[in-house]
Amino acid sequence: MAQGRRLASAGSDPVRWLLIGVAVLFLTVFLVLPLACVFIEALARGPAVYWRSITDSDALSAMLLTLLTAGVAVPLNLVFGLAVAWCVAKFSFSGKTLLVTLIDLPFSVSPVVAGLAFVLLFGMQGLFGPWLAAHDIRIIFAVPGIFLVTIFVTVPFVARELIPAMQAQGTDEEQAALLLGASGWRTFWRVTLPGVRWALVYGVILCNARAMGEFGAVSVVSGHIRGQTNTLPLAVEILYNEYQFAAAFSVASLLTLLGLAALVARSLAERLQRRQAALATAATLSE
Amino acid sequence: MRLHFARASVLPGFGLTLGYSTAYMGLLVLLPLAVFPLWASRMDFGQFWQAVASPRVMASYRLTLGAALAGALANAVFGLVTAWVLTRYEFPGRRLADALVDIPFALPTAVSGIALTALYSKNGWIGRYLEAAGIQAAYTPLGVALALTFIGLPFVVRTLQPILEDLDPELEEAAGSLGAGKLRTFFRVVFPALLPALLTGFALAFARGVGEYGSVVFIAGNKPMHTEITSLLVLTKLEQYDYAGAAALALVMLILSFILLLVINILQWWSTRHFGEGA
Amino acid sequence: MRAFGKRLGMLVLFVALAGAIPAFAAERHLLNVSYDPTREFYRDFNEAFGRYWQGKTGDTVVINQSHGGSSKQARSVIDGLEADVVTLALAYDIDAIHDNGNLLPAQWQARLPNASSPYTSTIVFLVRKGNPKGIKDWGDLTKRGVEVITPNPKTSGGARWNYLAAWAYVLKRELGDLARLKDPAQARAVEAAQNKAKAFVAELFTHVPILDTGARGSTNTFAQRGLGDVLLAWENEAFLTINELGADKVEIVVPSLSILAEPPVAVVDTFAYKHGSVDLAQGYLEYLYSPEGQRLAAKHYYRPSLPQHAAAEDLARFPKLELPTIREVFGTWRDVQRVHFSDGGVFDQITKAGK
Repeated sequence: MAQGRRLASAGSDPVRWLLIGVAVLFLTVFLVLPLACVFIEALARGPAVYWRSITDSDALSAMLLTLLTAGVAVPLNLVFGLAVAWCVAKFSFSGKTLLVTLIDLPFSVSPVVAGLAFVLLFGMQGLFGPWLAAHDIRIIFAVPGIFLVTIFVTVPFVARELIPAMQAQGTDEEQAALLLGASGWRTFWRVTLPGVRWALVYGVILCNARAMGEFGAVSVVSGHIRGQTNTLPLAVEILYNEYQFAAAFSVASLLTLLGLAALVARSLAERLQRRQAALATAATLSE
Repeated sequence: MRLHFARASVLPGFGLTLGYSTAYMGLLVLLPLAVFPLWASRMDFGQFWQAVASPRVMASYRLTLGAALAGALANAVFGLVTAWVLTRYEFPGRRLADALVDIPFALPTAVSGIALTALYSKNGWIGRYLEAAGIQAAYTPLGVALALTFIGLPFVVRTLQPILEDLDPELEEAAGSLGAGKLRTFFRVVFPALLPALLTGFALAFARGVGEYGSVVFIAGNKPMHTEITSLLVLTKLEQYDYAGAAALALVMLILSFILLLVINILQWWSTRHFGEGA
Repeated sequence: MRAFGKRLGMLVLFVALAGAIPAFAAERHLLNVSYDPTREFYRDFNEAFGRYWQGKTGDTVVINQSHGGSSKQARSVIDGLEADVVTLALAYDIDAIHDNGNLLPAQWQARLPNASSPYTSTIVFLVRKGNPKGIKDWGDLTKRGVEVITPNPKTSGGARWNYLAAWAYVLKRELGDLARLKDPAQARAVEAAQNKAKAFVAELFTHVPILDTGARGSTNTFAQRGLGDVLLAWENEAFLTINELGADKVEIVVPSLSILAEPPVAVVDTFAYKHGSVDLAQGYLEYLYSPEGQRLAAKHYYRPSLPQHAAAEDLARFPKLELPTIREVFGTWRDVQRVHFSDGGVFDQITKAGK
């Protein structure tokens, strides 16, 4: 795609190397060092301690809950993202800016505020608390509460990636497909979705990373019951507070690896996309 | 307000998707957030004012907004350089550097907080050199700004990258061949085209910084009037069983976030009008 | 039919859980919501109690623990974290569970011996090895160049004890005898002493560079980040830190006077009744006062309320110092909270005035 031309800029330009130097230094200090710090601290007491920390029963149950939480929050937000992107990108209606702003809201709201909202809603002192207690339904300080806040903080991720992608797509192809007699669903699956799949993948990856890594909001509603309502980020804090630093960083590194795996998946996806694009270009040229 | 459809569309599913999205947002986002005005309305104005405008709270606004602004500014400068380098130049490790930009998204905030504190405290890898230079980073407003720079970086880079990729190099080349100096070309031709995206990235980083908690609370010193962020004050009020006060403060933060986001979206709308669809 | 069977099964289970059919050995659950520094103690204690309860009733007990800052934990219970028992850092937090949630009676403190505190503790200083700044007593903390690490009294129970211990020290220094506090004839001297105390505590907090949100955060700041010259710490935390870091890094300094910290325990009636676990919850707390409970408390550096049950070598580790109680110096916890730590209270005033 743009690959060929955009990298063709001036050759032996000192400004170029200066800029590369500044960027690399900045990335190293701000991103690589914290990352390295996590792994070095994690292995500070040797691989045996590392292995024991991440296979500890509390850590495992925390991991299970974390994966479960992501497994609930990501699909829900994926469906929502597709729906909202469809109506925002393909149609024009009043109140659109407001809707888009509201989608972004969870993303800039402090996680503490998000957690507090659910406490005030479902806590015993909250709006629905007495009713829930009377019917013995537990939401906060139980797994449903963790799901709810996680969904809340990850609402924008898929939608935010999909909206611009669908906007860029325009509506001509879909209109053509519909005129040719394809059903609405079929048009969506065959025309719209393939065009935005990489945005979708990226959105899901970001959503997943945030869902697994959320700390502040989950901390407010979790109750911190060991083996029951602790997620991995909370387990990190607990271990840190128990002076088990190597163990804390081991669990942290596990979370980081999960996040990094998502990033690797993303760059693989991108590479695949480039190759496909190149093939497509080659095909059109040979025609 | 009357719904209007500027484009009479033949595409189906508008009612379904809009209805679903609105219901989902309403139930999962708006309903929870609606509790704040409700709780805050239980206070009279004096109590409300006391909760959201006492000197300690005002100091926390100054710190939170100031550090978020500093972080967003640093990201605007270095993020622009990074995005430029990543899209315009080929150099060994470019792919890796590109992937690294997402680390702050991938790293759990509590982990970032602990790692940053370990780095910048006076016996840390970076902190010890800063200490030697007489600069204290961890547990000062500077530390908060550093953490928010870390958090905000991907926003600026990732908003700028697509715009830089789409920007036609021929335009620059033309300007160059017409005799415009490199710097002049950049500031006359490239920068104006980047400005809306840069502003959006800046505002996103800023908005995220204002709300950030996990990565900041470890590195902030949490001293009243000095290094206490507003999110922490919400928790402090809560732990004194002052639910209404916490809700009032949360409401203020919420309104602030909303205004910031509204500005971002209006900015985007404005930029689409000025630079065309797809820019 | 199946639904009926299921319901019957649940009913049987429920009755069995309620302890009405003690003949069936059951698995029973208990949630203990506690504060930060008790993690190690309750890990041991829960194991011992599990053995004891199984021997007594045949039931196995699964005890779930939740730890965090004391006020945060109390608030979680108020908001619906269904604790059967709470074991917190100070009585005010359990009072708050009564005041805000009405989950237990106002007189909860009268239900167990020693004002419902099975163990006590106090506040001591932790300094760097060799005590380079020459810290001996509270007065040394405000010397030029001394940095003190303590958590924020607004968010940490332990930090409130730190603050109150410093205050009590000045009152004792000014008045000579704390009994004069209660003497109406001494009102002027007492007022002067109170002003001195306020000035001292204000001065003390100008020496604090970082206020972590909890006791454990402060210990990490002092021990791991190497910040500050003195850490104001729970006595048991100080011992624990030495065990963790090694005696070659830090040492304990015992001031002339500190405060008797009484971390209380209570059954949360509403939830215990709801779970049908009142007997278990009560048994659990009573076992804290048993010889085994007291021995374990002392082993984990809590001062046992019945020292005759503790091992002599454990007791020998506790330094002797003057330990007035909150009641002797300040009155009730509700008063303390209102005067000192509420919004606009003394702590807010002194941190606002500070540089």
